[in-house]
Amino acid sequence: MSTTTTADVEKEPSMILQKQMIGDHFHELARAKELGKKVVYTFVPGNLNELIWAFDMLPVHPEINALQSGMRKKSGAYIQEAEKAGHSEDVCTYVKCDLGMMKKGNIGPTGERLPAPDLLLLSYTGCFTFMKWFELLQREYGCPVAMLHVPYQGDGEITPAMKQYVVDQLRDSVIPLMEQVSGKKLDLERLKGFLGSSSRAEDDLCAIWDSAKHKPSPIDSYFGGVYYIGPIFSAFRGLPQAEEYYKSLRAEVDARVAAKRGPTTPDGELKDQKFRLVVEGPPNWTSFRDFWKMFYGEGAVVVASTYTKVGGLYDRGFRHDPANPLETMAEYCLGCYTNRNLPTRVDLIEKYIEEFAADGFVVNSIKSCNSFSAGQLLMLRELEKRTGRPGAFIESDLVDPRYFSGANIKNRLDSYFQMIDAKRASSPT
Amino acid sequence: MDLEAIVQRSEALFRDQDLSAVKEWKSRTGGKVIGFMPVYVPRELIHAAGALPVGVMGAGEHAEIIRGDAYFQSYICRIPRSTIELGVSGKLDVLDGFLFPAICDVIRNLSGMWKILFPQKYARYVDLPQDFGAAGRAFYRRELEGMAEDFTRLTGKAVTAEALRRSIKVYNENRRAIARLYDLRSEAPHLVPTWELYLILRAANVLEVTEHTKLVEAYAQAARQSKRPERDYVRVVVSGAFCEQPPLGLIRALESSGCYIVDDDWVLGARYLVEDVIEDGDPFDALIDAYATKTVSTASRYESTALKGKFLVEQVRSRRAEGVVFAAPSFCDPALLERPMLQAVLSEQGIPHTGFKYAENTGQIQSIKEETGTFADSIKLWGTA
Ligand code: SF4
Ligand code: SF4
Repeated sequence: MSTTTTADVEKEPSMILQKQMIGDHFHELARAKELGKKVVYTFVPGNLNELIWAFDMLPVHPEINALQSGMRKKSGAYIQEAEKAGHSEDVCTYVKCDLGMMKKGNIGPTGERLPAPDLLLLSYTGCFTFMKWFELLQREYGCPVAMLHVPYQGDGEITPAMKQYVVDQLRDSVIPLMEQVSGKKLDLERLKGFLGSSSRAEDDLCAIWDSAKHKPSPIDSYFGGVYYIGPIFSAFRGLPQAEEYYKSLRAEVDARVAAKRGPTTPDGELKDQKFRLVVEGPPNWTSFRDFWKMFYGEGAVVVASTYTKVGGLYDRGFRHDPANPLETMAEYCLGCYTNRNLPTRVDLIEKYIEEFAADGFVVNSIKSCNSFSAGQLLMLRELEKRTGRPGAFIESDLVDPRYFSGANIKNRLDSYFQMIDAKRASSPT
Repeated sequence: MDLEAIVQRSEALFRDQDLSAVKEWKSRTGGKVIGFMPVYVPRELIHAAGALPVGVMGAGEHAEIIRGDAYFQSYICRIPRSTIELGVSGKLDVLDGFLFPAICDVIRNLSGMWKILFPQKYARYVDLPQDFGAAGRAFYRRELEGMAEDFTRLTGKAVTAEALRRSIKVYNENRRAIARLYDLRSEAPHLVPTWELYLILRAANVLEVTEHTKLVEAYAQAARQSKRPERDYVRVVVSGAFCEQPPLGLIRALESSGCYIVDDDWVLGARYLVEDVIEDGDPFDALIDAYATKTVSTASRYESTALKGKFLVEQVRSRRAEGVVFAAPSFCDPALLERPMLQAVLSEQGIPHTGFKYAENTGQIQSIKEETGTFADSIKLWGTA
């Protein structure tokens, strides 16, 4: 989610701003010990950023390190390092990439060493592997773990008991442990301030997602979208920098809408938008640019995606509510995309296809990720049946370069685009 | 019944994909049947509503997967696809409902697939808390109450406190009988070959609990009296096979490679709780307390580093095992991510270990047998692997 790989692209102010924010953050992390700051490792989905900031601690998100390692072509070696240390080739490569990076000195994306955690904040949303991941890290670092079990929306809804359970854990175990580690009492007013800031940034982000309803779409909600979610899914939600970033991004998008311009790709503006698509599943990071090019090179623009909702479905109405700090954090954790059951995921994608007037949808099935992948073939069938629009199923991995077969994916996508064309030609307009 | 007849009956139950015994129970009693996936659900609640809990552990090596593969990518374990195969081919029609406990993302997502595929059937995701303190207990109480309400609706029979206490009692008896059988196997493993014990355990998935208890006791009695020769085998604990099950042939091969299996973690549905559930007082409290504090350690339960591996080491010590064989299904994130942590603890304690992966229909039995044989030999020769 950094802008490091788009060096030769025409830079918009929001991109420069994001790069600056990320650079500053990693720099601060590198100096955390000398600044006397405590460091919290935590996961993206259901992260409690506002709470971390309220304790003046600094967050590190291991998945972001892993995807950065993927983009910087370092993940393959890290994964091998973890496999050499006894990890199975079958398990989630984010975990192995992170463990391998740690074993190789824990050098972050800016080339500086990341500090060891003072606390592992295991907010356990939408994926069981997270739990194992931090069990593994606890063994390595020996620091305390704050466990926050977020129940799953088995029936596709958040019940009062689920919310209460999360609130109880926050109040009775997570916050007391954070107080202990940080040496500070929780200042509720400060927390509310961060939550208010989050909701303002969330408003702007939603307007950005919504802009893809325009034709041409001024954004790419998947390949471009992963940059857009960077600040809000990672360290910056709750901070003025994030508000500023989303304001600036929104202004750029508004300007593109007014000028009827398409999104910026690594090869400049996407002008001729032939296919409007919805994408389910995370992207591949090791060949991110090649992968993106398989879409924009054929005039395909992604108008909505589910991956960009793993850190919150703001577009379905959720906003952090400063008036009810614990309840709103609970609701946020419970609502992340992979914490919703399969029928709800299908409903959501169906709505995206309709609302964004998509020609079809693509499922990128990730070998590593059972949380996303188990059930996607049924999702594909259901969606084709319900929407009458064709779906494509491709397979890759997040950060394991061994599982990215560019030629296969390109072939599949090309024939998929031809199929949409053929369908169009045969159906009366 | 003599030993051979008991084992034969259990093997017939194990191989019977049509769930004839369950159908027979249903037509005899007119009761409802509720299936459940591994690892654990509180079967007492189902029983207290007058229904029969039925453990579903995939289709094993028997079924040819024709349609199930169309639902899952190649990099997902076998058990969900064979379970779907059983479902779409009508072999699970006898189930009036199906429970999917919170153990991993695959079974979790399978709960939603079931809702899509079989909308007319009752399907419930059973969320097991990972917080074992007051917050988790309060949440689990709501889960239990919610299930009790569902089962009451399904069966028309209220889950009263009294009925639940009665069910707790019969399940305690069952767990004690199984625990005694495990003790016997550990004391005299030559009298209780694991493949037989395994079949007896698997019968817990389909038999009414009191009938199963009788089966376990009859088997234990017959096994105790059998005149089987003692062999110079190495005593091992098997760990990691808590969900998708190894084929029976593989279990037999492990033994014939020179290993007495003296503890294991298969069919945990019947062995998840390691102590009696309290039989008086509020039965919901008793089930909650048992879940929070009296269970095996397994990969789907959160565990801090301080506790990691303790249960396994204790198993090794109390069963006087000489090594551990890690057996995990391919692509099983929980088991395979757990393994290196457990291995590290064992190595620190000087306990030899080896490991392999399998699928429920694996054909690689010979090579696994050779590997475990080498492991057993090296322990025998040098006391280490
Ligand atoms: S399984 Fe998927 S969601 Fe879970 S940690 Fe791995 S990549 Fe992330
Ligand atoms: S075998 Fe492992 S990954 Fe597969 S369903 Fe069971 S616990 Fe989940």
